[in-house]
Amino acid sequence: MKRVYAREEYCVGCKLCEIYCIAAHSKYKNDLVKTFKKEANPPISRILVEESRPVSFALQCRHCEDAPCTKACIVGAMQKNPKTGVVTNEEERCVGCWTCVLVCPFGAITRDERGHKVASKCDLCSDNSQMPACVEHCPNRALVYSEYVSNNGTK
Amino acid sequence: MHYVIIGNSAAAVGAVEGIRKVDKENPITLISDEPYHTYSRPLISYFLAGKVTEEKMLYRGQDFYQKNTVTTLLGQKAIAIDTDSKEVRLENNEVLVYDKLLVATGGTPFIPPMAGLEKKNVFTFIKKDDVKAISKVVATGKKAVIVGAGLIGLKAAEGLSSLGVDVTIVELANRVLSAILDEDGADIVRKHLEKRGIKFELNTSVEAITGGEEAQGVTLKNGKSISADLVIVAVGVRPNTEVAENSKIAVNRGIVIDEKCQTSIQSVYAAGDVAEGYDLIFAQNRVLPILPNAYCQGETAGLNMAGSESIFSGGFAMNSIGFYGLPMITAGIVKPEGNGYEVLVELVPEQSLYKKIILKDNIVVGFIYLNKVDRAGIITSLIREKTNVVDFKEKLLKDSFGYIDLPQQLRKSKLLKGDSMSCW
Amino acid sequence: MSINCLTPAFLIERDKDRCIDCQVCVRQCANEAHRWDEEEQRVFSEDANCVNCHRCVVMCPTKALHIKKFPLEFRYNANWTQEAMRAIYLQAETGGVLLTGMGNDRPYPIYWDHMLLNASQVTNPSIDPLREPMELKTYLGRKPDFLKIKNGKLLEDIPPQLELELPIMFSAMSFGSISLNAHKSLAAAAKKAGTYWNTGEGGLHKDLVEHGDHTIVQVASGRFGVDADYLKTAAAIEIKIGQGAKPGIGGHLPGEKVGEEVSQTRMIPLGTDAISPAPHHDIYSIEDLRQLIYSLKEATEYQKPIFVKIAAVHNVAAIASGIVRAGADVVAIDGFRGGTGAAPLRTRDSVGIPIEFALAAVDTRLREEGIRNKVSLVVGGSIRNSSDIVKAVALGADAVYIATSALISLGCHMCQKCYTGKCNWGIATQDPQLTKRLNPEIGAERAANLLKAWAHEIEELLGGMGINALESLRGNRLMLRGIGLTDRELNILGIKAAGE
Ligand SMILES: Cc1cc2nc3c(=O)[nH]c(=O)nc-3n(C[C@H](O)[C@H](O)[C@H](O)COP(=O)(O)OP(=O)(O)OC[C@H]3O[C@@H](n4cnc5c(N)ncnc54)[C@H](O)[C@@H]3O)c2cc1C
Ligand code: SF4
Ligand code: SF4
Repeated sequence: MKRVYAREEYCVGCKLCEIYCIAAHSKYKNDLVKTFKKEANPPISRILVEESRPVSFALQCRHCEDAPCTKACIVGAMQKNPKTGVVTNEEERCVGCWTCVLVCPFGAITRDERGHKVASKCDLCSDNSQMPACVEHCPNRALVYSEYVSNNGTK
Repeated sequence: MHYVIIGNSAAAVGAVEGIRKVDKENPITLISDEPYHTYSRPLISYFLAGKVTEEKMLYRGQDFYQKNTVTTLLGQKAIAIDTDSKEVRLENNEVLVYDKLLVATGGTPFIPPMAGLEKKNVFTFIKKDDVKAISKVVATGKKAVIVGAGLIGLKAAEGLSSLGVDVTIVELANRVLSAILDEDGADIVRKHLEKRGIKFELNTSVEAITGGEEAQGVTLKNGKSISADLVIVAVGVRPNTEVAENSKIAVNRGIVIDEKCQTSIQSVYAAGDVAEGYDLIFAQNRVLPILPNAYCQGETAGLNMAGSESIFSGGFAMNSIGFYGLPMITAGIVKPEGNGYEVLVELVPEQSLYKKIILKDNIVVGFIYLNKVDRAGIITSLIREKTNVVDFKEKLLKDSFGYIDLPQQLRKSKLLKGDSMSCW
Repeated sequence: MSINCLTPAFLIERDKDRCIDCQVCVRQCANEAHRWDEEEQRVFSEDANCVNCHRCVVMCPTKALHIKKFPLEFRYNANWTQEAMRAIYLQAETGGVLLTGMGNDRPYPIYWDHMLLNASQVTNPSIDPLREPMELKTYLGRKPDFLKIKNGKLLEDIPPQLELELPIMFSAMSFGSISLNAHKSLAAAAKKAGTYWNTGEGGLHKDLVEHGDHTIVQVASGRFGVDADYLKTAAAIEIKIGQGAKPGIGGHLPGEKVGEEVSQTRMIPLGTDAISPAPHHDIYSIEDLRQLIYSLKEATEYQKPIFVKIAAVHNVAAIASGIVRAGADVVAIDGFRGGTGAAPLRTRDSVGIPIEFALAAVDTRLREEGIRNKVSLVVGGSIRNSSDIVKAVALGADAVYIATSALISLGCHMCQKCYTGKCNWGIATQDPQLTKRLNPEIGAERAANLLKAWAHEIEELLGGMGINALESLRGNRLMLRGIGLTDRELNILGIKAAGE
């Protein structure tokens, strides 16, 4: 399946990916100004830029083939779509026990405790668009959305 | 080909999904003595507290059996297995013939000897029916004694206390959650719960449940007595191996399984709380009564039952729970005994903050994360993959510890691994 | 501490209605002109640090930033201008030479803008390059006086030639003054477009050896990175005598910029200053130059054209003539607007002559001496667009060098702070935090796009003149007319006035 791959040699640490991720999941979809100014509690970014200068890169759910989070989920809310391969959390049913946080080898699940506790994670913007918002807005092609990228960035 | 599964919880569901990944046709029959659609066992305390409805408790959707063409025999108990004739006998004497069998009967409460167990309002706490029974007798202002300050006991306590019940917990060990926390961690958790009004009697046990027909209190070995309207015995679970006991299937503490989750008898598999599979940290077979392990073993069993070669390399103890907003994640060895361990600690009791990472020969073998649990899974994966952490050991405790702290080579190889991540 | 008379040069305006305090600007500014205030939980500006490089303006996702000239009125004085005074304040503070980056920014006349091109009407009809073949191919190198042919075959070998698909090459910029990613971008773009890039005087990084057949390597007064492999890898070799931005001045790459990669590539110890002397210490005459040219030809078995690059100075025509006679295959002339990574401000702004004059003078002189065929002329120093190129070719150039335009295509916003090493665009810096901002994949695409677009425009302009091969325009000054020029200027340029 297509995944988002980070190429750390080109990540400039701007965190635009985080900013656009937040906007893509806000109720004012993709409107940055409204998302940050009007939404009382804007969503949490589902992508995380890790940085220790000069190295930085963005990391989000890898949508594992054999996703541990889906197996560990105690309520069965975390599921991998058999057709698209996208791993999503059915937030309605999630009880915020964080067992997925315990098993996700990438640390890609964040605890969203703004309201009813839910495990928040990258959904590849699957309900939204062709291209995940982070990839679309990365100014330096440090994120690529593709089947597989080798270490030197070639497909 | 006829698949028969005894059990209807995480391991059984894992098996159904495992089988159906490979074999979409052959019939599956699933037997459970609980008369319910598969539900999430850990949610029973949420159910007790009214935080989830019965419907929200379902572990898989209403159409699960139908979608996977599973014939269910709910409310029926399997009582014997004949591995020669490949038959399972039910309590109603019906006999099912199987080609492949999975025993996923889970755990059964361990009940230590004490007088008065037969009285009314003495409960265990592992099934939905337990909650239904308890719900009938609880009300604000009632008093409960819970025997056992393990995970189940504390969850029951939290549930009851949120309903206004006055709860006292009696625990034989010197601390709460002794299986998954050390003293420092346990101390923080106990104080956190005490602030919410839960009382503890540590280092002692219940001698007798007092009262007439109904329980009215307990007397403790330390001489104290506590009055109570109900008593919940939550000392632990042990493998529910009953159905295999008079068969040829090898049973140690649990049903012994190999890496394909097959028992000592061909075509018979076991998974979940009833099984004794490989523990990666202890390098020996152990019962690991946790849900991720149950699902993975079940799935592996299912895949193998349907003819696909699949291996579950093993599990280890790991838990993520929280009480009143205090989350904790622990895994592996949390209180090392013996030589050769290195322990990294950050402890700030005033903030209920505790991080402890246990290493042996530069390989992480266990950790406790209290309050700050974010990205704990990275540590879990270091345990599972037995990664040598010598190059970044001093960074493990950092709040922001992450992939940035791994050597570049390791980081890159792990990040490309999404394709091949294997079952936990 | 004492008073600092310098006031901020720029003012950062943050549109409060649009700013979402996402701190992209804070993270992107290497000059720390934006700052996050923990206590106030909002972003503030430090105007004094702003160099107006536009990085924040471009990156700001809500376009909330405007940079303006700091609105400080100096009392009007036609003589004591703001610039003049600020320079004095700065020198009074530091006691140092004023440094700058990029090319001369003074309002001297731009002669390209005083020349107009011809177009066909009725007779000699114009050509549509989209329908008909159009030839931009250019060969650089010494051409024989005549060809000896027997039985339809050449009897003597033609001297080595550099084959260009279009008359534009990337001019010398050393690794050290610009980043490896900038080099990678230019090398890949040159390859893609069928032209050449130039290493500058800092050697050829090992990652770029694979682009050797599209590389011109430089041999400068510091001889950095020069060895036999370096010369052999290249398609051509350029002896650098001078640079338009700082004629008569050497170069100095401070030790802090000499990291692992730069030190290996330049073949000098880590962290040492890389000093290029003002002159080559073995060249004090045309004869000395001839020795170096022939040493290089020997070393490369007469297989590669040798370029000599000089700055456009007063006597440029005579100098060029000497260089041709010394055996150079190509003379590259860098005009007084040529860019630089670092130069003394006063030199940059007041030494040298316009490239347009230099080119016209050199071309005329070489023709007069009958040696124009012995050399190709390449000009650089602020070629800003495709019509500048067409005018240059009509004035007599064989091809042009572009450097500043190439860097602008990579994102440069002309803040002229190259010498600080804090280029926010990842171009003129060696700071790994900044160099990664230039993804060479994107850089190569953009630089190659620029070449493609300009080639297309050149074809359009040629077609308009009814010319279907660039070759036919070369030195064809009849295609040019001057506007707003004095007789003397027209004379030097060798062109008629508009209307004539
Ligand atoms: C209150 C509570 C909280 C928990 N919280 C967590 C948690 O937060 N995280 C975690 O990882 N784990 C938790 N656990 C443990 C987790 O629930 C178990 O590990 C998991 O349910 C095991 O699944 P299983 O399929 O092996 O067995 P079980 O869930 O025990 O299910 C076995 C099923 O088999 C049926 N059965 C048994 N014998 C027969 C028979 N002879 N005939 C027919 N049917 C039979 C039973 O009725 C039952 O439905 C918790 C458990 C409890 C009780
Ligand atoms: S948007 Fe791209 S460059 Fe910016 S932090 Fe994210 S991955 Fe890095
Ligand atoms: S959340 Fe983690 S475990 Fe689950 S699919 Fe994504 S990366 Fe894998």
